[in-house]
Amino acid sequence: MNKIFSRLLFTVSSLLLSTISFGQDKPEMADTMRSNGKIYVVVAVCLTILIGLFIYVFIVDRKVSRLEKEK
Amino acid sequence: MKKNWWKILSLLLLVYTVVGGLLMDVPRLFILNESIRNLYFHVCMWFGMMILFIVSFVYSIKYLSGFNLRNDIYAHNFAAVGTFFGILGYSTGAIWANYTWITDQSQSLGSVLKEPKLIGAAIALLIYGAYFVLRGSFTDIDKRARISAVYNIFAFAMLFPSIWIIPRLVGSLHPGAPGSESGNPALNFKDIDSRLRMVFYPAVIGWTLLGAWIATLKIRLQLIKDKTLINE
Repeated sequence: MNKIFSRLLFTVSSLLLSTISFGQDKPEMADTMRSNGKIYVVVAVCLTILIGLFIYVFIVDRKVSRLEKEK
Repeated sequence: MKKNWWKILSLLLLVYTVVGGLLMDVPRLFILNESIRNLYFHVCMWFGMMILFIVSFVYSIKYLSGFNLRNDIYAHNFAAVGTFFGILGYSTGAIWANYTWITDQSQSLGSVLKEPKLIGAAIALLIYGAYFVLRGSFTDIDKRARISAVYNIFAFAMLFPSIWIIPRLVGSLHPGAPGSESGNPALNFKDIDSRLRMVFYPAVIGWTLLGAWIATLKIRLQLIKDKTLINE
């Protein structure tokens, strides 16, 4: 009886262990960066650059339109 | 302002690309890890390049069918912005490859230099580089337009073997090679995750529209400069 119980315990614990180690095999992602919110800093920087570039292209566009009207 | 709706659309799509591309959920993959988000930037450069080159090719054919110099200016500037996108795609690919191929897969520099996708892309960009050299070497405007239009058609035709066909026939580290079991990375519906597609397709449209916008600015400036030459 005791033998069966110990065997059962062994299989259950080995199953549990295998799932835990399987969980650790998952690809590593930048989860810390996401959880502490620093990713929003990156988004803010990228958006500033992108919008800045778009404003610049808009200004060039307006200048070209003005030149087109002059002729 | 009515004709400018697509410029605003480009801005909105790219804002969505940056916000969604950095914050939305992506599949967890080995080797690539978080760098799968480069799909919204690196791959879009190549898609944008391809679309701009198609536009340039169409204008070259239009030039040859009517010899209107306006079409030559269109073809030249779309090819120029397309090449610029290609250079951006190449350099972003170099950064990405450094971390996924060399650091994580411990490939030697030699095997990366032998990479057929890189060689093919370099050949394609150099062929387009020769297009600009060719254009610059003519003093006669009509001759320049005519020969460079023919050369542009050749350069466009060379894109297919050098970046689409050959890298897929031989072994390659780049997705899309035989062995990596993905026919066309980023386009294969079985291969690309729907979470990626939600940002990837808008990103391609956004980047392409931005490239088209810059090309039209260059074209308009050139048309102002050459207004005496172009008879409407």
